[in-house]
Amino acid sequence: MKLGKIFSRGLVLDNPIFVQVLGMCPTLAVTSTAINGLGMGVATTAVLFGSNLVVSAIRRVVPTKIRIPVYIVVIATFVTMVGMLMNAYTPELYKALGIFIPLIVVNCIILGRAESFASKNGVIQSITDGLGMGIGFTLALVVLGIVREIIGFGTVFGAQLLPAAFEPMSIMTMAPGAFLALGILMALFNKAVYPKSKS
Amino acid sequence: MSISSIFIILISAIFVNNFVLSRFLGVCPFLGVSKQVETAMGMGMAVTFVMTMASIITYVAQRFILDTLGIEYMQTIVFILVIASLVQLVEMVIQKTSYTLYQSLGVYLPLITTNCAVLGLTILNIQNEYNLIELIFHAIGAAIGFSLAIVLFAAIRERMELADLPVVFKGFPVALLTAGLMSLAFMGFMGLV
Repeated sequence: MKLGKIFSRGLVLDNPIFVQVLGMCPTLAVTSTAINGLGMGVATTAVLFGSNLVVSAIRRVVPTKIRIPVYIVVIATFVTMVGMLMNAYTPELYKALGIFIPLIVVNCIILGRAESFASKNGVIQSITDGLGMGIGFTLALVVLGIVREIIGFGTVFGAQLLPAAFEPMSIMTMAPGAFLALGILMALFNKAVYPKSKS
Repeated sequence: MSISSIFIILISAIFVNNFVLSRFLGVCPFLGVSKQVETAMGMGMAVTFVMTMASIITYVAQRFILDTLGIEYMQTIVFILVIASLVQLVEMVIQKTSYTLYQSLGVYLPLITTNCAVLGLTILNIQNEYNLIELIFHAIGAAIGFSLAIVLFAAIRERMELADLPVVFKGFPVALLTAGLMSLAFMGFMGLV
């Protein structure tokens, strides 16, 4: 498969959130604002890049029987590194994302890519796949974050967008709003990507 | 520490801060393993067991290994390894002792490793500085809350199978909307404790 195709697959056709429906916990939890969504997306992409790189590099050495624990240790190492870097350089974001930074370890997208792609393909392909999936994940998170932030606060990336007369619907920043916004976005995504399947 | 403080921890973990519907922990199995009430119950039981065991073991690991040696930054790696090996162990023990239970839980056991509710719970236990008894009740409450949410959700989804929906909403979108409404209902418990 060509690198360009591997990369672009993660963006739309195999999008981790809208198509594969993986990694729902951080998706719903941190997207109350666009900037938090972006931060989580970038952190996950960095981990995905690193873990795909290492997993594909060691794929011939690791015995099949214990591959999952090995992958988990690799992923956990990268998550710890990313968490420490965020704590040092973006302390506010680190606080806002809170417990969901260590929980990147159990994000199904990362283990899923390690198992289904990086353990079977070369280093270059795996890095490309990791970046594609990571950016697809980030895009979905940012879109969800923007929608929730506009309705919930009337702002985008912290900048006032809607006039002051608009009454923010704070339900969108809370738990139910996350489920509702993602459900509607997913339906719109289905409509846009598979326009033929209308009822 | 009194009975009432334990009761508050329990109620708050089950209803007010329900792991799935208000903390967003364990949403993957919540959406994935909730097509039938029966399997949802099996998942709930397996998670209850693993959560309680994992809480105790990670607490011991944190107090006597990580804190003593001053390597708290290894928390994520150590906890996920504890959970992964615990799930493996539970699987082996259940297979040897009760084959019927093993068969009914079989598929869901390995999935628990990547259930973020378990890792999330163990980290929250440490963050909230619970003692051993408090964290056992926190774990039980979290597990009951998870089971309650997933079983209720499965019951709703069973009925929804037959509903005449627009194609674009079929499957996950409508499941998410349902979960949103459930979450809204659970917000009614806010301020209970």
